[in-house]
Amino acid sequence: MAYPDDRKYTKEHEWVMANGTSASIGITQYAQDSLGDIVFVDLPKVGSDIAAGKTFGSVESVKAVSDLFAPASGTVTAVNEELATAPEKVNQDAHGSWMLKITLSKPGELNGLLSAADYEKFVAEEAAK
Amino acid sequence: MSVVESIPAVRKTALNAIHRRMGAKMVTFNGWDMPVEYPSTGGLVAEHMAVRTGVGIFDVSHMGDIRLAGPQALAAVQHVSMNDASRLAIGQAQYSALLYPQGTFVDDVIVHRFAEDDYLLVINAGTREKDFAWVRDNARDFDCRVTDLSDDYTQIAIQGPTAHLLLAKLTDANLAAVKGYWFTHGTVCGLKNILIGRTGYTGEDGFEIYIASDEATSTKVWNAVLDGGKEWGAIACGLGARNTLRLEAKMPLYEHEISDTINVWEAGLDRYCKLEKPEFIGRDALLQAKGAAPARVLAGLEMTGRGIARDGYRVLDMQGAAVGYVTSGSPAPFLKKNIALVYVPPAFAALGTSVQVEVRGQGVAAQIVATPFYKRPKV
Repeated sequence: MAYPDDRKYTKEHEWVMANGTSASIGITQYAQDSLGDIVFVDLPKVGSDIAAGKTFGSVESVKAVSDLFAPASGTVTAVNEELATAPEKVNQDAHGSWMLKITLSKPGELNGLLSAADYEKFVAEEAAK
Repeated sequence: MSVVESIPAVRKTALNAIHRRMGAKMVTFNGWDMPVEYPSTGGLVAEHMAVRTGVGIFDVSHMGDIRLAGPQALAAVQHVSMNDASRLAIGQAQYSALLYPQGTFVDDVIVHRFAEDDYLLVINAGTREKDFAWVRDNARDFDCRVTDLSDDYTQIAIQGPTAHLLLAKLTDANLAAVKGYWFTHGTVCGLKNILIGRTGYTGEDGFEIYIASDEATSTKVWNAVLDGGKEWGAIACGLGARNTLRLEAKMPLYEHEISDTINVWEAGLDRYCKLEKPEFIGRDALLQAKGAAPARVLAGLEMTGRGIARDGYRVLDMQGAAVGYVTSGSPAPFLKKNIALVYVPPAFAALGTSVQVEVRGQGVAAQIVATPFYKRPKV
């Protein structure tokens, strides 16, 4: 399983891809695979603030509800509206399906997140459990 | 001080290795290591749709089996179960339940009548030991032998509108002569005298077969059923689809719609409870409760707002006051709606009543609808 190294990852299976102080956020291939058929994505409104490590929404498959944890703090500038009607896009392309775009309030937070290689190692350990 | 918890060994069916080989996602369910879905063949939604439109195969060997045999077997079955087993012909089965004296549920069961004095109760996985002890203890005064056969069988469910075509390829039994909730014995995959019931837990036509629980036999039959069903798109199905299928069909799940604190009237299972039987455990309490309106009843709802009701979520009135709770809630893959079974006061159970379900602290609009949510088309 290849995780793109153009972004950072969390142990809660979110990714964050920064470009200056703006960043997009989504969930990983491992997360979508664990959830199964995704049927619902609940996201905050544009203009709301999210805080690193805190819940910002949820994603639901037929059988499970999973909280989404913010990989970094910031203000929401865009929400991927397509996921409201086509949540299965996350199953089809987790790394291409951004959920939120935010303006990072503490860009330095990204330094504490996992690289693609470290995340890949982490999920390999999770899968072996 | 340190507390040492004893972790009960997780139990495995004879098909465990094959589920893992098929890449199933496994979960612990009632102490059993079971497949929840098989992503390699499409996963939960594909499995659900296969059963509604073609055929799906389930390992349900975690289910338990209790045999009551002897001169007073019928009297014992009548004493421990709420339906009327005396109405069963040999070769017929019925939905029933074991009750506590207060009219609440020990478990729900399928009673099969093998012979005049020989019965088989098929029971739930999570209640195996409790059910067996309950039946054994309460059958003590009857001249009948109670045996736990749970570990003797690998139970495979073949479910869906083309299930009969699939099974007909593998057996010499005349399946057309076996109506719903009847059973027969026949040769299946070369194995003689196999119990074949036209029963299931999906709301669809289908069969359950009971074969020897050794790994070699179980694997052989499982593979033969899957291979035999290829022309109808047969796929292996896990507990995830089993749950969404039974929910669409409003079939109760123990610890959800029925439990040791919910009685028969609340659960709406009146038609399986025969008060005209002179005696059975729970009858007196139910007779007494029948006069009074129950404080809560089981109802079905459909989410009309954006949100999914889940097990345990609260049901609110339109002012936001809690009036009940969700026993089972999920997206319904075939109906393509978000549905739930809920306990609410009778005043909120009328069809068309507007309520809310509390989803992550927010009330989301829902409406009470007719159940079962799904009824299979008559052929």
